[in-house]
Amino acid sequence: MALDRDLVGRSYPPSAVYEVGRAKIAEFAAAIGDGSPLYRDAEAARAAGHPDVIAPPTFAIAVSLEAAMVVLDDPDVAIDYSRVVHGEQKFAHHRPIRAGDRLVATTTIDAARTVAGNDLLTARVDLTTEDGEAVCTATSMLVARGET
Amino acid sequence: MSIPADVAVGTELPQQVYRVTRADLVRYAGASGDFNPIHWNDRVATAVGLPGVIAHGMFTMALAGRAVTDWTGDPGALVEYQVRFGRPVVVPDDDAGAEITVSGRVGALLDDDRIRVDLAVTSDGEKVLSLARATVRLT
Repeated sequence: MALDRDLVGRSYPPSAVYEVGRAKIAEFAAAIGDGSPLYRDAEAARAAGHPDVIAPPTFAIAVSLEAAMVVLDDPDVAIDYSRVVHGEQKFAHHRPIRAGDRLVATTTIDAARTVAGNDLLTARVDLTTEDGEAVCTATSMLVARGET
Repeated sequence: MSIPADVAVGTELPQQVYRVTRADLVRYAGASGDFNPIHWNDRVATAVGLPGVIAHGMFTMALAGRAVTDWTGDPGALVEYQVRFGRPVVVPDDDAGAEITVSGRVGALLDDDRIRVDLAVTSDGEKVLSLARATVRLT
């Protein structure tokens, strides 16, 4: 099914607050095998100029991908989730995510097109603090493979 | 590690080889919240046409990112990072798992004391990520 181009620019209401915890950052760092002390040791993080432990650069996905699912739940987006694969991912960090951040995710459809029977949908998730400070922009291109 | 002072276009990052087993995928699923069964269940993976359980693309992206942040010594200096997911990394149900090899070189010197690192990420001799690029702040 072809995606409607009118979807481009559509934005969804902000998510509930996601509070970034030290234990979750440490768990994520361990899962990717990254031993940097900046993810675990607040003193080391402060010595490097951060107010608290920071998160690995791809940690943002743990917050952003769930927020992006709001697009697939939109009845106007006729995509079969079981056929969706992750095509591209981009992170633009305005500053590192850190423990104690209270993040709000706002999702916008940046692009929607159909190529060779596959639906390509680009969802941009702007992560800000509750107070509106820009933290990270996470852009996911999702591909819904056509029926073959 | 830290970035050499004479960094230039063509400067190479140390090559890294990461081993990924099924246990690593389960752990990543829990940490990231991505519980798609194609990353831990052969029955589901083969039913949707995959050769077997595959690694999360985001896990491969995270490992390739480590090659950059281990080189810079400061994960907070990675200001932009993007990849295109090409071929999936199939992870067999054995103790050896799959191997992911990451090499990188400086592709450009940018404004504002930043550099662009271009990454080549392969598994079993095949490219698994393409257009994998990281922008790193030097100061």
